[in-house]
Amino acid sequence: MTHHILIIGAGQAGLQAAISLRQAGFDGPVTLIGAEDTLPYQRPPLSKAYLKGEMALDRLLLRPDAFFQSQNITLRLNSVVEGIDRASQTVTLVGGETLSYHKLLIATGAPPRRLPLEGADASNVYYLRTLKDSDKLRNILEVDGRIVIVGAGYIGLEVAAVARAAGRDVTVLEMADRVLSRMVGNTVSNFFQNLHRGHGVDLRLGAQLCGFTNKGGRVVAARLGDGEEIPCAAVLVGIGAAPDQGLAVDAGLKVENGIWVDESARTEDPAIWAAGDISNFPSPFYGCRFRLESVPNAIEQGKTAGLTMAGKEHIYDALPWFWSDQYDVKLQTVGCLPPADSANRHEIVRGDAARAPLSVWTFVGDELRSVDAINEPAAFLMGKRLIAARTKIDAKKLADPATELKSLM
Amino acid sequence: MPKITYIEQNGTEHVVDAEAGVSVMEAAVKNMVPGIDADCGGACACATCHVYVDAAWLEKAGKKENMEESMLDFAYEPKDNSRLSCQITMSDALDGLIVRLPEFQG
Ligand SMILES: Cc1cc2nc3c(=O)[nH]c(=O)nc-3n(C[C@H](O)[C@H](O)[C@H](O)COP(=O)(O)OP(=O)(O)OC[C@H]3O[C@@H](n4cnc5c(N)ncnc54)[C@H](O)[C@@H]3O)c2cc1C
Ligand code: FES
Repeated sequence: MTHHILIIGAGQAGLQAAISLRQAGFDGPVTLIGAEDTLPYQRPPLSKAYLKGEMALDRLLLRPDAFFQSQNITLRLNSVVEGIDRASQTVTLVGGETLSYHKLLIATGAPPRRLPLEGADASNVYYLRTLKDSDKLRNILEVDGRIVIVGAGYIGLEVAAVARAAGRDVTVLEMADRVLSRMVGNTVSNFFQNLHRGHGVDLRLGAQLCGFTNKGGRVVAARLGDGEEIPCAAVLVGIGAAPDQGLAVDAGLKVENGIWVDESARTEDPAIWAAGDISNFPSPFYGCRFRLESVPNAIEQGKTAGLTMAGKEHIYDALPWFWSDQYDVKLQTVGCLPPADSANRHEIVRGDAARAPLSVWTFVGDELRSVDAINEPAAFLMGKRLIAARTKIDAKKLADPATELKSLM
Repeated sequence: MPKITYIEQNGTEHVVDAEAGVSVMEAAVKNMVPGIDADCGGACACATCHVYVDAAWLEKAGKKENMEESMLDFAYEPKDNSRLSCQITMSDALDGLIVRLPEFQG
């Protein structure tokens, strides 16, 4: 049998694996199967430049059509895998076609969590994951009326910024008592709360969304726990994502908040790998497991899977990092924020906590764990190096504004 | 269409046609020029699209913004002619542009 490598999911991680397979010299057949009808593209601009209308579609594409031909990668778009049979090493597509594999990568990503509320299936309730979602959302940015955004995570806040720039009235409803509560500490949350309020966003923290008032199949108002009704023209839901792991569950693979893999992205089945938003992997650096939703994670893990499938053993041990653009502010974060109740957790703020540029350095004891840099890329890049090298840092020196970041290395 | 020449560390040259309006990073990725990772896809967030701009083109390539400048400061072996290639937009004025690739992306 030919050594056929099959990849389910033509997104950031799946494409990267295909690229890395070829870079590692694998010259057998590679098939990339994607449910969407577009060439693999990057998602971050969908809530930023592309949503604003400042970036053309072809600039979203991760590789041009010619790439797939020249690299001899078979791209099957508009194709959905509905089952994996591990015993016969085959997958079945919707429509009935069966493809066999020698090695398989599952890179199906993490679609948005749905809002479990009555009326949330109305035609003007939007989610944002795909190019099509972004196109639909862009259309509603041109319509009058308030947009209610459910959830103050990155996606909700990025869309709020674009909507405000487009002149729309925006209400953001967040259940927690601060924004970005799963990703950053209080100082950074505060900064972004002030930023959005300063731009005219009606930001409600600790908000309880109870339901919607619908008319003719459309939401006309969002209803809060205290009885208040917020009239609106559209709703965007950004309450997180959940790994698309049904295929793995059905195939009997170990699944627990994502598909369970080792540091080389391999599942317990030696013929199957998983990478990107879908995978739950061990971090040698931190000595614990993660499931991350970020481009750098998809790239690094996709690379690891590709190289290992090609027979070049590789370990994924990169530090997590992320960025977000809101208004004229760029947040770059690196490392892993220790839980708020960690003993000896403390932070050092460089700069004025209310004004960019600033950076927040979070420690457990004398160990630097994460850096959040706001319009201060130097702090981000320096933090990345210091965390990776486990450099002991003189906290006093770091806190002194006169200290040059470079002198910390 | 304006042309860009990318020169790898080992001297290999890649000459590509770049549409006006695309970045020097995008033209490299589209044309399979190795050595530019561009992890953030041009968001000026990753510093993995570092190039050295040929002296003759430095001025025409435009000025660095503050963000770019401080990112480059932490790139692998930054020099005076270092740029993030995602921040240089191609135009007819840049027809013939020559950039060299660093040994690593930071
Ligand atoms: C709006 C938005 C903004 C973002 N902004 C940032 C940012 O600023 N920075 C950052 O680091 N990250 C950002 N992210 C996250 C980042 O885009 C993801 O982490 C990344 O795309 C994950 O890659 P992936 O390959 O795991 O999944 P995806 O890129 O989602 O690819 C998975 C693909 O698999 C396909 N698929 C699923 N099931 C099947 C099936 N059964 N058969 C065939 N195909 C299937 C899906 O259709 C999809 O195309 C953002 C995400 C979104 C949605
Ligand atoms: S591509 Fe990331 S900074 Fe240029």
